[in-house]
Order: sequence, then structure tokens, then C-alpha cells
Amino acid sequence: MSASANRPIYLDNHATTPLDPRVLAAMRPWWEENFANPHSIEHAMGRAAEEAVEAARAEIAALIGAEAREIVLTSGATESNNIAIKGAARFAASQGSDRRRIITVATEHKCVLESVHDLAAEGFEPVILPVGADGLLDPEALRQALSAPTLLVSVMAVNNEIGVTQDLATLAALAREAGALFHTDAAQASGRIALDVQAIGADLLSLSGHKLYGPKGIGALYVRRRPRVRLAPLFSGGGQERGLRSGTLAAPLVVGFGAAARIAAAEGVLDAGRIAGQRDRFLQALRGLVPDLVVNGDVGQRVAGNLNLTFPGDTTAEAIMAAAPGVCVSTGSACSSAEVEPSYVLRAIGVPEEAARKTLRIGFGRFTSPADADRAAALLGAAWIATTAPHSAPFVSAE
Amino acid sequence: MPGLYLDANATEPLRPEARAAVLAALDLVGNPSSVHADGRAARRLLEFSRAQIATAFSARAQDVVLMGGGTEANAAAVHALGRGRAVLAGATEHPAILAAAPGATSIPVLADGQLDLAALDQLLAAAGPALVCVMAANNETGVLHPLAEVLALCRRHGALLHVDAVQAAGRVALDFTGLGAETMALSGHKLGGPKGAGALLLRPGLDLAPLLTGGGQERGRRGGTEALPAIAGMGAAAAAARPEAATRLAALRDAIEAGSGLAVAGQGAPRLPNTTSLIFPGLPAETLVIALDLEGMRVSAGSACSSGKVARSHVLAAMGLGEAAGHAIRVSLPWDAPADAPARFLAALARIGARQDRAGGASTPRVAAPH
Repeated sequence: MSASANRPIYLDNHATTPLDPRVLAAMRPWWEENFANPHSIEHAMGRAAEEAVEAARAEIAALIGAEAREIVLTSGATESNNIAIKGAARFAASQGSDRRRIITVATEHKCVLESVHDLAAEGFEPVILPVGADGLLDPEALRQALSAPTLLVSVMAVNNEIGVTQDLATLAALAREAGALFHTDAAQASGRIALDVQAIGADLLSLSGHKLYGPKGIGALYVRRRPRVRLAPLFSGGGQERGLRSGTLAAPLVVGFGAAARIAAAEGVLDAGRIAGQRDRFLQALRGLVPDLVVNGDVGQRVAGNLNLTFPGDTTAEAIMAAAPGVCVSTGSACSSAEVEPSYVLRAIGVPEEAARKTLRIGFGRFTSPADADRAAALLGAAWIATTAPHSAPFVSAE
Repeated sequence: MPGLYLDANATEPLRPEARAAVLAALDLVGNPSSVHADGRAARRLLEFSRAQIATAFSARAQDVVLMGGGTEANAAAVHALGRGRAVLAGATEHPAILAAAPGATSIPVLADGQLDLAALDQLLAAAGPALVCVMAANNETGVLHPLAEVLALCRRHGALLHVDAVQAAGRVALDFTGLGAETMALSGHKLGGPKGAGALLLRPGLDLAPLLTGGGQERGRRGGTEALPAIAGMGAAAAAARPEAATRLAALRDAIEAGSGLAVAGQGAPRLPNTTSLIFPGLPAETLVIALDLEGMRVSAGSACSSGKVARSHVLAAMGLGEAAGHAIRVSLPWDAPADAPARFLAALARIGARQDRAGGASTPRVAAPH
């Protein structure tokens, strides 16, 4: 991961994180030695795979202060969010609950917003709350929305574009007082901020492997046992994962996710301090080249690795990226980054469309070196200069 | 781990081509949906893998929707195609199909395990707009269903057809375009790829209302970041799987059946080359599986997903083998089964049989039966 000279500098750790070499080492035996189906517990190879899966499940649970049996393994956070939101709503409705309101926030990930939206067709009442200019949900707005009988509140722990961290414990307490379930999409939060399901008071919490230096194709949903949260599965079949998520578990990916969780639990705090250092170093260097840079979202209440920057002058994010091919950054979330329309997250925090078009999301990670930060600042600064003043020679080589 | 793995229908050993593809993909940093250089490199591999899968099953690349596995692919097909239609599902379908359509009408099978086409004709005539779900090959017996005839009946009655090809893929030739079904479900790890990837093939022009929403990946047909390493492995496995290797496996399977002298469920029907369902009258299947495991033979009493439970096989029951169902073990040869597999398996079976005789018939003090 540490960069060779010709390799682009990867500053898009919100889209996905590089695999930690220790995670790869943990996974390899499950591709190279024992390939068994972890549900084939009738024979020794299957039981060994099952034991590895269960050890990994315990490590994932430990990262968020949960019990192993509260962890349902899925194909990723999108599936976890779909199961949490649709599953909670459909199960409650099947039990005759007359609670119909589902509350979420305008800056959630698309898969949360679309899951909530899908439920409108099934007779549920979506309520999408706005956020402030800082990106944060005002607890008072949630309190008011909870005045109608509410089934579920879903608020993401860390925003995937602007990196702000919501005050989950306060929000969850409000939901609980109102008799609603509280779900949080913690895909961007795990390994980056401390997460404890007891301290938060979460009923449901979604995790992703590949945002945690683990592999793509694996995620988890925490489902509280005491008091027990009941869900309807999104799809059924062989009955794996206690019927909540059928399908053969991908043992190597589960093992990798477990290793990633174990590393994050041990090193997350150290990572955050170091990553914040690279971020600050980068921002200071870039500000030297680009005056009047605007940082979007609350500066204090955000993850260490995130910057969301609006550039001044007559330029576009695409032009800056094109002029700095040696740096991998993005204009928004990866899933929608092929779209040309500006980020709905930025719109929700009141960034004008013209400014949103000049905004980059920059994500620092575990493997970002100080040299990467310096070089990326120089390249992006030069790119900005080249795009805004095409007739004057840049004073830093853009290579 | 010593022993002989004969449980390929639970999962196939990883093919070396797939292992290499997985490990190479793990070195790519980017998210395939990111537009920067690392994202584009990931996208290129994703599309290459998609094309490999399309080519292996004679589909168009743009009609391959990548998913988390075979269960999800089956559920997604029933979710999208079953809306507003009566669902008819074969009596021996995998639980993934039966659970996806809990209200489905069951299409009976004949004693040899093949779908009863006359019954299907009658059911379709009575059903109105329908979705028919039929597996290409059964996971417990390996019996192949007559898909072309099933499709002809579906067309005559205006019904849609979904094919669960999870067990057939890579073991017999499958021509999705030639068949003409609406959808076909595939699983990576049953092809010799890694677990965690699957695909649904769509008939050209057919769109898919997503089961997993959000993010807009897979042209809006399946949300979530694609599991690139697992998908790369699936593509490589699809390219490496050679249905013509069937002859070799069929010979090994035949040797096991002949040497055991046991009755075989579905023996008269066309079957997968690698699968046999042996009925061993002397011992409950669960006990025999444990005894074989102690001999190093990895087999199963049914499908892996339900193998922790002692539930009776609904597959054998549907074939009218109710009594025998508790005595059937599934032996499924992996793609890399060694030539001496029949000899080793039969020797283990003979040792268990001899102990059984010494212990005096059906009661077995050596191994406690679970129930």
C-alpha cells in the first residue's frame, strides 16, 4: 500500500479502504487450505470453517461492545441497512403494530433513503429530517418528529461525504423514550470512532468490511437481544444466520472482517491520531496554495480522516481531478460519483449548487503517509491553479 | 487436513485460477464505482469478470447482475418476476426458492425425480399469469430437469421461467440464450470460485426491480459495493470450469454406485455427473455421515444449509422415498476428485458395514444416533 512513485496517492478512504496486509494473511488459509462450507457441520472440514467464522463473529461483536450472537453476517452494509429498515418495519406490521412512521435524515446514504422510500409503498410514513449547516441533526427536530407514533429512527453515525459524527446516544435516547427502535448505519464509523452499542443505546447497527481495511462482500448487522429486536428477513432460504440472512457464509471474507475488526479495536485510536495529523498537514499545505478554501460540515465533530473542501474561483471539481491524475479523490459518494448532479448531502447543508460543483471529498486512511499528504496537497494545489488561471504558468509543477 | 472431500454440492474446492484471481483482486485498492484511476482499475476487473461469466453461460454481459450469492439471486428473481403472478415451484427445489415464494404451488416430480410435465401443463392451465421456478439440477440427487420442455410449456401458457442453475453450472453445459428463460441464478462457490458472489442472468430486455436498494450499482438492479475479489474469483472459475470434464467424474460416480451395491435415488433420470444419493438401509443417515467423517470421508445427509438439522429430506419425500429418506447420504465429487476416490470411499463404507455386522444389525452401540 505504501506508494511506489508511479502509484496514485489514494485519498478516497470513504469509498473503500485498502486491504490491511494482516487481513489478507488471515484470509489466505481459507482459500488455500480449507475451502469447506461453514454450514457443513457434519464433517471435520466444515466444523473447522464454522469455528473460524464464529471466532470472527466474536471479534466483530467485540468492536462494538456486542455479544457474538447479536451479529448477523451479510454481504455488506447496503444489505445490512436494507434488512434493518425493511425488516423492522415489516415484522412490526406483521405483528399488528399500528406504528407507521419511519424517521431518517436527509444526509443518509442512498441505501437508507431508498429503503425508507420503498416502505412508503407498503403503507409506512417516511419522515426525512433536515440537518443544520454543520451537518448535524438537531435533537429537538427529532423530538418533534417523534410526536407521532414511530416505529424506527435511522441516523448514520458518520456521514460518508462530510464526515460529521452525530450524537447517537442523545438521539437514541429520544427514540427509546418514544417507543421507537433506533438504527444507525455505522459503515463509515467503525474503526474510526469508538462505537459501543450499549453506550449508544442502539437496537440495530450496520457495519461494512471494506470500509474497515477488510474485504468487499461482507458486512454485519447488530441486532439487540435484550430487549430482543425482531426483524423479518429480506430473503429466506437455507435458514443461515438464524433465518435472518440465508445463503452460504463466505468463510474467508468473514475471517477477514474479523481480523479487520480485531485490528481496528486495538489500533483505532492510534490510527485516528495519526490520520488527523496527516489531514491537518495536508490542509495547512493546501491552504498555502489555495486561499479561501472552505471546509464543509462541522470541523470539531467529525472523523479524523475526512475533509470536504470547496475550492474558490472559476473551476470545477472534475477539472481539478482531471488536472491531478496522481491523486485519487472524489466528488461525493462512490456509488453516485458517476452521476453529474451535485451531492444531495451538500445541498442538505445549504451549500449552493455552484459551490458544490467545486467541492472535493478527501479521505485519509491508515496507510496515508506524511509524504502522501504533502504530495497530494502540492498536486491538488497546482491543479487548482492550473484550472483557475489557465494563462499563467503554475508555480508548482503538476507533473 | 487428511481425508477425502466428497461434498462438492455443499461447496466446491477453490480452483487455482479462481484463487489467483481473488488474490490479484485483493491488491486493487479502489471501489469499482469511483471515477478516479484506482476506481477505474477496479471497474475494469469487474467488467472483465462479468464478461467471463456471460461467456461461460452464453449470456450478454449487460444482462449479468452481480450479487452476494445464489440464495440472493434466487430471491431477487422471485421478488421481481413473481409480483402479480401465481408462483409454481418444483417440489424438490432448494429452500432458497421455496422460502422466496412461500405461497407457491408445488409442481410434483416423478419417481425418478424429474419434473412431472403433464402435471405442470395442468397447473399452468389453471393458474393464470404465472412464474415457474425450476432448478436445472437437484442439489441432493443431481437429477436434471427437462428445461427445454418446461420452457415450451411456460411459453404455451404465457408463464415466465426462472431457472436455479446453482448446482448445474460448471458441471453440465448451460446455454442461457439458447434456453430462453427469463432469469437464471448462479453461485460462485459452486463453480469452484470463492464464497460471497453470485449472479442473476436476465433475458435481454428484461429489467429487474431490485431486492437490495440503494447506491445505484449494477444499473440500479442491485445496490451495494460489488464484492470485487469474490466476483473476480467467480469469473475465473466460470472460465475454468469445463463441463466436458463430466465424463471423468461420471466414471468415478458410477464406480461408487456399482461398488456399493446400494440403491440410488433418481438413478434412472439424467443426472449431474458428480452426484449420487445412496440409500444405506442399515444405519440412519446422520449416523452414517458421522461414521464416514471419522473415516475421513466428507459427505452429507442432505444440503449443507440444513445439515445441522435432522429434518427429513423434502427432495426424497417428493420422489416417494419417504422411508428411505432417513437413510440417504449424498456423495458429490468435486472437480478435482482423485482417481482413487471410489476405492477409498468404498473401503471406508465396507469397514463401517463390517463393524455394523459385528455389532448386530441395525442397533449401533458404537455411534449414537442423534434422534
